Formats: sequence, C-alpha cells, structure tokens
Amino acid sequence: MGARLLAVIVAAASAAAALTGCQAGGGDNANPKVLTYWASQQSPSLDRDKQILEPELRRFTERTGIKVELEVIPFTDLLKRILTATTSGKGPDLVNLGNTWTPSLQATGALLEWDGAMMAKIGGADRFEKVALKTTSAEGTTPVAVPLYTKVFQLYYNKKLFSEAGVSRPPATWAELVDAGKQLTRDTTGDGKPDQWGLGLRGQAYTTALHYAYILGSARGARYFTGGKPAFDSAEAVSGIEQYLSWMGKDRIVNPSDAENADWADVYEAFSKDRVAMMLVQTLGQTLKDYGLSEDRYGVAPVPAVTPGGKDVASFLGGTNVAIFKNTDNLDGATELVRFLTSVGEQTVLNTAYGTIPPVKDAGDAAFQTDEAKVARQTMADRAIPLPRVAQEAQFETLLGNAVTSWLAATATGKQPSAEQIRSELASLSQRVASGG
Amino acid sequence: MSIRTDVKPETRRPPTVSATAPAPRRRRTWTPYLFLLPALALELVVHFGPMLAGLVMSLLKLTQYQLARWWEAPWTGFGNFEVVLDVDQPVGASLLSSFLITLAFTVIVIAASWVMGTAAAVSLQNARVGRGVLRTLFLVPYALPAFAAVITWRFLFQRDNGMVNHVLVDQLGVLDENAFFLLGSNAFWAQCVVAVWRLWPFAFLMLMAGLQSIPGELYEAGTLDGAGPWRQFREITLPLLAPVNQVLVLVMFLWTFKEFETPFVLFGGSAPEQARLINVEIYQNSFVTWNFGLGAAMSAVLLLFLLLVTGVYLLATRRKVHEA
Repeated sequence: MGARLLAVIVAAASAAAALTGCQAGGGDNANPKVLTYWASQQSPSLDRDKQILEPELRRFTERTGIKVELEVIPFTDLLKRILTATTSGKGPDLVNLGNTWTPSLQATGALLEWDGAMMAKIGGADRFEKVALKTTSAEGTTPVAVPLYTKVFQLYYNKKLFSEAGVSRPPATWAELVDAGKQLTRDTTGDGKPDQWGLGLRGQAYTTALHYAYILGSARGARYFTGGKPAFDSAEAVSGIEQYLSWMGKDRIVNPSDAENADWADVYEAFSKDRVAMMLVQTLGQTLKDYGLSEDRYGVAPVPAVTPGGKDVASFLGGTNVAIFKNTDNLDGATELVRFLTSVGEQTVLNTAYGTIPPVKDAGDAAFQTDEAKVARQTMADRAIPLPRVAQEAQFETLLGNAVTSWLAATATGKQPSAEQIRSELASLSQRVASGG
Repeated sequence: MSIRTDVKPETRRPPTVSATAPAPRRRRTWTPYLFLLPALALELVVHFGPMLAGLVMSLLKLTQYQLARWWEAPWTGFGNFEVVLDVDQPVGASLLSSFLITLAFTVIVIAASWVMGTAAAVSLQNARVGRGVLRTLFLVPYALPAFAAVITWRFLFQRDNGMVNHVLVDQLGVLDENAFFLLGSNAFWAQCVVAVWRLWPFAFLMLMAGLQSIPGELYEAGTLDGAGPWRQFREITLPLLAPVNQVLVLVMFLWTFKEFETPFVLFGGSAPEQARLINVEIYQNSFVTWNFGLGAAMSAVLLLFLLLVTGVYLLATRRKVHEA
C-alpha cells in the first residue's frame, strides 16, 4: 500500500511538473480573444474598484474585440495568489503587483521581461518617470513590470488645530515638525492628560514602521544593501529609527496608544475627530471624505527635510505595477491591454478615480491640479526613491519592520531602546538576511 | 440477552463450513474492503500527500528563486533543519523562544479551559431550571466565527477606548493608569484570555456529554454512604470521566499548540515578541520572508514534536483509563 501510494504521488507530481514545465515558455498567442486580469484593490471596496475598471475595460473590448475577465483582489490576498499561480503555472495573463514586491517576484522567473522592443510597443520607457521605472526590476536588470499608479508620502495637517495652536504654516524641517508637534499636543479637557496630539502613527503595522525607518534613514544617506549585501546597521539607519521612536518617546508628540494602531483607519479617524493634528501618509486621494472631512479642512505639504529647503529623501515610491505572466497564451492581447492602461487617457481617468498619481509624464497636468497632486508630483520628481531593489526586499521589509514595531511598543511603555541596542539588533538582522537569502 | 445467544452459534458455525469451501468466505470478507479501497486511497492521498510534500520541501532550498520551477530546487539534505535547530543563530533562537512561549500558552489555556469546563458541566448537571439557556449561552464563544470574536476582543483590550481599561481604571480603580494589553508582556496574557474564552465551551460540551453517561444511582449510593459533593466528584465523577478527559486534553493540546487565528487577528499580523506563537513564527518564515524550505523544516519539527507528545501521552494514559 505504502509503495503504491508513493507511486501515485510521484506520478501525480511528475504529471503536474510536466504540465507546468511545458507552459513555462515565453508566452504565446494560442488564445487571442480572451484575457484574464487580476487587478489589485485600489479603492476602499472591491465593488467600487469594479465600478471604476469595468467601463474602461469595456471600452478596450470594443476597440480590440478582446474580452477581459477581471478579478479584483485585495492586497492582503494578492501576494499569496501570485505565489500560488507561480508555483502551479496556472495564473492570469496579467496581474497587478504592489510595486515593492517586484524585485522579489522577479526572482521567481514567472514574469515576462519588458525589454526595449516590448517597451516600444507602449510608447517607450521615456514616457515614464525615472523613479517609477526603477520600481519595475532589481538593480541593473531588465524590467518585469510597468508602473500604473504611484503614491508618495506627504504631510497632511488639520487646519483647525493649526490655527488654534497658533502654528502658521506646515513644518518644513524635521526639527520644525517636533516644535509644531509640541505646540499641538495639548490637554483640551483639563484633566491633566493630553488628549490632542501633534502626530498620529500606525504603530502596530510592520510595513508602515519599515517605511518610516527607510525614509528617515535614507534622508540621512543610509544604504541598506551595499553591493547586494545586507548592511542594515549603519549609523544613519540607526539615527533614522531613533528619530521615529523619539516622536513618541523623548519628544512626546505622539500618543503612546498609537503603538496599538494596526490600521490606517485608526489614524484617519483620530485626524478627522481633531485628536491628531498631523499625519505622514501616502497620497490619500478621496479617502478622508469617507471620514467626513472635506478638502478645505486639511492641508497637504511635502514631507519635512533634514535641512531647510533640502532635497533629501521624502518618500519611497509606492504604488502598483502591472506585469504579464510568462505563460500567457495571449501575449499580444496582454501587451495591448498594458498599452491601453498606460495610455494618457486611461492614466488620467484611473489615477483620478483612485486618487493616485500617474507615473507617465504625458498624463494631462490639468487633471492633477489639487495641492495634494502638485505636492505628490513634485515629491516624485525630486525626492522619491524606490525601496531596495533586491530580491531579499520582502525579508528586509518583514524583519526590519517587525523590529521597529517592537521598539515602538517598548517606547510606548516608557522603555525607548538606546542607539546601541538598535545597532546590535540591526546587525543581527543583516546577518540573518544574508544567511537566509 | 436472547439475541446474543442466537447470534453466537451462527458466528461459530462458519469455520466448519469454510474448511470444506474456503473460497466463498474469503470473497465475503474482502468485498467491503474492495469497495472502500478507492475512498481509502483518495483519503490517504489527500491527507498524507500534502504532509509528504511538506517533508520533501523541508529538504529543499526553496525560496522565491526556485518557486516557478520548484521541482528543480537544490537538495540540502538536513541543511534547513540545521539552521532551524541551531539555537545559537537568530533563526533557531527565535524559533526556540516561540516554542517555549507556545508551551506556556498551551499549558495555561488547557488548564484554565478544563477547570472552567468541568466546573460549568458539573454545576449544570443537576440544575433543572435554566439549564438549556445557560448551556446555549456558554456555547456562544465556540459558535462565533473566530474573526468576529477576536476582533471584538481587540476592541475591548485597546488602551484608550477599550472596555477592559475602562472597567479596571475608571470604575474599579484597580489600576492607576490605562495599561497596554496588546503590547509587550501583557499581550501574552491577553492572548491567553481570548484563547481560553474560545476554547472552554468545547471542554464544557464534551464533559457535559460525558456526565450524562454516569448513572445517577452511583451518586445516590455515594450520598447514602455519606460522601459529600467534593468526595463524590473525586471518587465518582473524575474516574468515570477519565476516558472523556483523555481525548479532551489531547484534542485541546493539539488545537492550542497550533493556534494561529487568535494572534493573527488580535495583533493585526505583527504579534509582539512576547506573545509570538510557533505557528505565527512558521508563517512569517515561509510566507512573509519567502523561505519555504525553512518554513517546511519548522513545520516538520513541529509535527515530530506533536507526534511524540501524542504517542507518549496515549501510552501513559492508556493504562489508567483502562483500569478505570
């Protein structure tokens, strides 16, 4: 029985291997009339995403005769779905990726390469913002995706609280942010405890913790991978993390309870209820409307700099890329759909609907004239960098993010770690990523 | 009784028949198994297939580089196990710490759930009024979907607006200042509370069913002999519940040791170090950091440990239960 069972399993496994093996080519056109497309959830609900995308895809079908089978997938499930599709060899023709995953997914070898000839089919690489293109591959390799929607970190501030506290303009440097934060942190009920805070944080999310650590470290010139080797424990990286922790610790401009915030919704809620005066968050679009906050009640400014007027890093470039699976059976159709999605018209429609910023330079400026969009486009052009473009990006994000999260938790309970503690833990994480990759 | 005496001669007769004609008997005994075979084979494939695949995976160096062509992933033998079990290195040290946390968590949760389940079952045993209502109420936590239940606990435990702090600080004055229940070492205890809350109704349910099978006469006899409630519990209830308890404790152990939903929902995906259970650790190593071989090796170690504990437990308890 045991032997027979083993035989069955081996037979099944080799059959699966053979099947997937012959699909793992470079894509063909065996099925030119249909495309399957996994879109990422970009709006607050899957339904709203469908309402936005479906009319556009219908236009594509009218124009080309290719039917698009759309599935909108929340970001929390998307990576698992992609990994499963990669392993089984049975995936959609096109898929949206969180752009920071691109180098890690590139390493699986499942995504089609966008060489010069492919790029030419969608109008050439020059159409795209340089930094956006950098998110499409690991350093020094051929892109495996095309940027669709982009976001950067921006400073959102509550106008009412600013005027009440007598802060006349949004802070331009990190030192000013702390000063303003101290003025804005107040006890409004008279019970001796502050109930309004300068800054709100999403403290229990390792992704966000990593984003802040990376931005603040990079603004000082930290490099997290040198020659592809992890080097997390530089002095700049340590002081970036210290700065983040100090907002809650030494500076006391962040409510310690924010260390429990697992979702951005917690921060938006506090911001809209006047409990938090500032937040540093990626381009929000219409999001705050869902919290009953109209656009005239808050302002948007660039993320502060280390020195006044400095062009140091303000954000990593977040957003969504689209990729074609190598085993597509409708390569021409998939390319055509990418051309459609990155066309000036669709870029304007979709980015406006999602409240993101178009990564193509030729998308009409007229549609992106809000303060938020102007600040975002400026930041993207001058002060944004990609997250590390290495295959170990996912490990970097998880391990470092978890460490920063636990340091913030310690800070919340009054035990802000010392620079030396941070440095030695970072060194050990470096070693772990180096040995695990 | 009469049926039994009728059947016996019949079942004894066949041997004499089979001596003259063995073929019909063999066909009769094998046919049902033959029908069951496809189902059995499928069941084995479904159950042991993934397990075997996991074991094979634990011997491979399987990261994102090999994912699309996983059958070509390089063989590392016991390389993954060396990394996982080397407690002087970060990966092994982290696994060991989560293992110890899980062990403490399991012991606390099982003990508390068992005590609560037993107390509730015994006290409802003789209740006539309101038994149905209480029984239903007690079972609510068990019936609620995990996500809904645990997310509610998350709200209760929040520092600023959570009800736990409101009661402890504002109403009872037990604490001077709002405490963190979702961070640091308190998170471990918060997690225990939620797990007990979810698990104890199961113990209650099983023990209540077990109690129904204990004849009332035994308690009457005990009362006549002058045994009080505590003595009756120790001398009658506990020994007669031994077979139920044997299974119950084992099942609760296996469930609790592999707990994943509670920390995942309670801490929103970033469990504090002091409360990181082993399954969360494995999840992070395989799906978040994309080192599937390492994650599989950790799973294999966990599987071996659970098998070992189960085996030893069953051996150690078998005699006791049978004596009872």
